[in-house]
Amino acid sequence: MIALSDVLTLGAILFSLSVLGIFINRKNIIILLMCIELMLLAVNLNFIAFSYFSGDVGGQIFVFFILTVAAAEAAIGLAILVVLFRNLNTINVTELDRLKG
Amino acid sequence: MMFEVVNMSFALPEMFLLGMACTILLVVAFFKKTGASLAYGLSQITMVASVVLVYRDMGGLEGLAFSDTYIRDALSNVLKIAIFLINIAVLMYSTSYLKARELFKGEYYVLAVFATLGMSVMVSAHHFLTLYLGLELMSLCLYAMVAMHRDSKVATEAAMKYFILGALASGMLLYGMSIIYGITGSLSISAVAAAIQTGSLDNTVLSFGLVFLVIGVGFKLGAVPFHMWLPDVYQGAPTAMTLFIATTPKLAAFAMMIRLLVEGLGDVQQYWQDMLIMLSVLSVILGNVVAIAQTNMKRMLAYSTISHVGFILLGIISGTEAGYAGSLFYALTYAVMTLAAFGMIILMSRRGFEAEEISDYKGLSQHHPWFALMMLIVMFSMAGIPPLVGFYAKLAVIKSIVDIELISVAILVVVMSVIGAFYYLRVIKVMYFDQADDAYEIDAPTDMRIMVSANAVAILGLGIFPGTLMALCASVFS
Repeated sequence: MIALSDVLTLGAILFSLSVLGIFINRKNIIILLMCIELMLLAVNLNFIAFSYFSGDVGGQIFVFFILTVAAAEAAIGLAILVVLFRNLNTINVTELDRLKG
Repeated sequence: MMFEVVNMSFALPEMFLLGMACTILLVVAFFKKTGASLAYGLSQITMVASVVLVYRDMGGLEGLAFSDTYIRDALSNVLKIAIFLINIAVLMYSTSYLKARELFKGEYYVLAVFATLGMSVMVSAHHFLTLYLGLELMSLCLYAMVAMHRDSKVATEAAMKYFILGALASGMLLYGMSIIYGITGSLSISAVAAAIQTGSLDNTVLSFGLVFLVIGVGFKLGAVPFHMWLPDVYQGAPTAMTLFIATTPKLAAFAMMIRLLVEGLGDVQQYWQDMLIMLSVLSVILGNVVAIAQTNMKRMLAYSTISHVGFILLGIISGTEAGYAGSLFYALTYAVMTLAAFGMIILMSRRGFEAEEISDYKGLSQHHPWFALMMLIVMFSMAGIPPLVGFYAKLAVIKSIVDIELISVAILVVVMSVIGAFYYLRVIKVMYFDQADDAYEIDAPTDMRIMVSANAVAILGLGIFPGTLMALCASVFS
């Protein structure tokens, strides 16, 4: 039997992985976008676990909305990525250094 | 089976905004040539009508609606009217900027109206879901807006940075919400508050969730150490978009902070108070010190924003009604001052000349004494010099933390704001005492000139008669 704490631990591990991915990754912007998706999925897991174990459906409904927003967010993120690639010919994180000070 | 008849009139301003946003989208798609001008006109009408719709039911129609997901109270009314009114000026300034640069497209107005809708929903949110949806609707529009100048390398880079850090902030906020949901078993803000009030919850888990909420709010406001996106986005985005991002979304983020921390988690104030003190003090120090080193006007204003955010947080820290009112007053005046500052940058700039560097303002008083005076008012007000409105805002929040005997914090922020006066005064020195390199023209349209002047005069007027606005802010929280 899976306990609530097991699911929450998995959620926390996924969440930490995605935050680490955003901060440690120095190479590719697409990996950053993947990390953001992973982060939202970790949150979804949390909501579903809490919702399932407390018997309140509110959390599961929240997850539907998060999924929808995540799709919209990915669309905008990839659109910005395409524009960025056209301008800079690179998607390397370290080359985003025009703005400083 | 019985269905409750929902009183739709609670959300009339939001429904109207949504309808108009869709209409503008269609108009832009159908009329290729005149679409942008029509969209501009329609979005201005939308803003004015929304003000009327909110004002009409002010005081009368108040309370919760839509299964407690939506609230209409004095705070939401005041902030909504402020957001719509400021957006009228924002749209006017940005149109003048966009027209001069072949960026005058209908999409900007569609995004602006949708973002306004998002802010409006955020301000009225009484449920984690409404809060999150409003926040995302606003943020997604802002990311797209920054990226609208597609051929500009800096603008797209700024958009990418804004997107990544904004999405990270939303993720943090959601994680915090999920923890709070788990421990309280509810998503509605008043139900969360009621669950906390029973005092039977595990405080370790609660403060664990709270940390993530504070991080999320800190990111959206731009408080140190979550400020890294702010200078880059302000500098990189076209000035019209910077103007939009810098003004009304901060009011919406302020509302989000009040809803989450004060209304939802007000009973565990001792947990978030220390975190906010840290954010606030760091923001005031870093904002004021780093701004001194800036040569770019927009970047300098970004650091100035960071320090203003620190001041806004001070009033929340106090945890008193007077403190919240002071913060609200500060947030409103901040929006008006920033509006005027970026309005001046747009007024000065023209095609091929962005007026972004502080040195671009050399000798402004010799050629355009009136606008130099307007800029002087704005800068003095931001520095907090009486009788301008920025002084009363600083006074109100500092007084609120003196009242709860955080004297050391109060002394520190006063010292930092004196240090901060240096970079505002430098702009004035450049305008009044440096020699102009060449006689530059201001070719902004007349409505823009009048609006910027009115904006700066409003700062002076509010400073001389701060009573009405102060009383309004105080009445919101009493």
